[in-house]
Amino acid sequence: MNETILRTEDLKAFYVLDVHGTEKVVKAVNDVNLDIRENEVYGIAGESGCGKTTLLKTLYAAMEPPLRLIDGKVYYRPYGEEVDVYSIGQEEKRRLRWEYISYVPQGSMSVLNPVIKVKETYRDFIVSHVGGKTKDEAFDIARSQIAELGLPSQVLDAYPHQLSGGMRQRVTIALSSLLEPRIIICDEPTTALDVVVQRGVVQLLRDIQEYLENTIVVVTHDMGVQANIADRVGIMYAGKFVEEGPVDDIFNRPRHPYTQYLINSLPKFGDKTPRESVPGSPPSLMDLPGGCPFNPRCPHAMDVCTEQMPSFTRLDARHKVACWLVGGEDGKTA
Amino acid sequence: MEKLLEVDRLTKIFYQGSLLSRIKIMAVDDVSFHIEPGEIFALAGESGCGKTTIAKIILDFEEATSGRIIYKGEDRESVKDDKVWFTEDVQAVFQDPFETFNPLRRVDRYFFEAAHNFELAKKRKEVVKLIEENLNAVGLSYDEFYGKYPSEFSGGQLQRVSVARSLLTDPKLLIADEPVSMVDASLRMSIVNLFKKLREQFGMSVLYITHDLATAYYVSDRIAIMFRGHIVEMGPVEQVLMEPKHPYTQLLKDSIPKADPNQRWSEDIELAELEQEEYQKKGCRFAGRCPQATELCKEEVPANAHVEGVLVKCHKYAGTGNTKLP
Repeated sequence: MNETILRTEDLKAFYVLDVHGTEKVVKAVNDVNLDIRENEVYGIAGESGCGKTTLLKTLYAAMEPPLRLIDGKVYYRPYGEEVDVYSIGQEEKRRLRWEYISYVPQGSMSVLNPVIKVKETYRDFIVSHVGGKTKDEAFDIARSQIAELGLPSQVLDAYPHQLSGGMRQRVTIALSSLLEPRIIICDEPTTALDVVVQRGVVQLLRDIQEYLENTIVVVTHDMGVQANIADRVGIMYAGKFVEEGPVDDIFNRPRHPYTQYLINSLPKFGDKTPRESVPGSPPSLMDLPGGCPFNPRCPHAMDVCTEQMPSFTRLDARHKVACWLVGGEDGKTA
Repeated sequence: MEKLLEVDRLTKIFYQGSLLSRIKIMAVDDVSFHIEPGEIFALAGESGCGKTTIAKIILDFEEATSGRIIYKGEDRESVKDDKVWFTEDVQAVFQDPFETFNPLRRVDRYFFEAAHNFELAKKRKEVVKLIEENLNAVGLSYDEFYGKYPSEFSGGQLQRVSVARSLLTDPKLLIADEPVSMVDASLRMSIVNLFKKLREQFGMSVLYITHDLATAYYVSDRIAIMFRGHIVEMGPVEQVLMEPKHPYTQLLKDSIPKADPNQRWSEDIELAELEQEEYQKKGCRFAGRCPQATELCKEEVPANAHVEGVLVKCHKYAGTGNTKLP
């Protein structure tokens, strides 16, 4: 396997809210250990409200109150050496951003300034992060990148409102890759887009990854998109990872009951057999059930599931699952 | 079979831009289709293809430029004064349940209000019983619903509440405009299965408007594929989606991500550059992106051809079978 480029250690990030004088804690990222490698596409899947976006904010070190880092560490590996992101200063963090790690937030098609042309946004970006470029030089950089990625050159001269949502999304992704960062974090890049455009966005991400040979972390609840882009997939439920493995294992040999529901509920062409969605609804992150958070919805729940959270069991070198059905703590496979 | 709802040569024109540089957009261009009783009919296409405009016109939120909406054999325009007659039978579910309901208003108020407006029951007890029945039909109970605000439900639950509300009047036709696009993939099937159940139990028809072809295939009987204001292909869902004839339907189908890492997309596709331009096209509006386009396609709008029970609007099929308008 390639070298680790982004790693977390027992990461906990909670929203600490003050509701009418009493403190409420939303456990959005609860004990996450990630090990993301160079030159891979890592997908994170799960229902809305399971903490995916919060995890990304924590990885990008872009936390704002009421979100707080409770415990754990996030490590980058910018120059061959691990750096604890939360121990470095603002200026250094700013330097790492865009050059080492860039973040495409959800709904990012609305981040382009509506009153200036796309090329002016490019120029702003180039001037503030590269510096020392004249207007024409900046436009040249923009033009050559747009051409390289196969986007129509007219977009540079358009205002954001003249472009469709999908085109705007592709422009923001292009912008995020301009400084050739080693890691690109994308939050739901294809949600709210049509299927055809969705495919265009996935294609663009894959092209960028192939060209830069960097790491892309993609959060999406759309399992179809995960299957098309990810090398490894992590399944998140109620702030925790419950299963992680190569994309092929996750889709063809899912072991956690939640993953099995996620995969089996997808409608397929040429198959009209009735499909079940996951019963019940996700738990409130303010009031998690005891033990494994999935136990109230799990058809196989046993006594131990309500008492204790299972730790990860390794099925093989890359596939691991946190479920009592698969051995749980002692590591034996059921 | 008798037609429940018929949309007859519907056209809606929007104008964009200032007075001097006004451009005409045919958002819905000569669209005809019908829905049979007890049928789930899907209207599918990308955003900006005019499918929501059709829903709005059917629901009378928007006025058509020309064309007719015929419900149970009667032209809706001629009975417009009698609003209850139509709204009692035709109810709607919208895309975002959190926008459907006022966040500062208790959800049960909508139910009592609807019961009052349609004079569904005289006593409060009867109203409660009616609400309870409809909530049960969507898999919810009265106790977990009463007295709550929209924010206390999850997206999937609230969407089911929205369906339950529409069921109060015992409608014959449910217009569902992108009902699952805001709902998590894991809960999507619960809404779609609900439509199937309602059709089986109450013989209800559903106009299922969506861009998600996979759920459309799963749930519907017939489907119409729309592109830039035209219906480009329409017929039984099995035929249209399993053996698509129109190049656009083929592209749509190929673009659905398959939940199988061994079947990734291999070919690159061409995307529309500007929507507006496609609406302005003289001939077939898909000609700019169609891999099989000829000179004729760029010049002339294709007629509707009927091939093996499927309507196709493409020059490729001209002359095969009956090309007359139905």
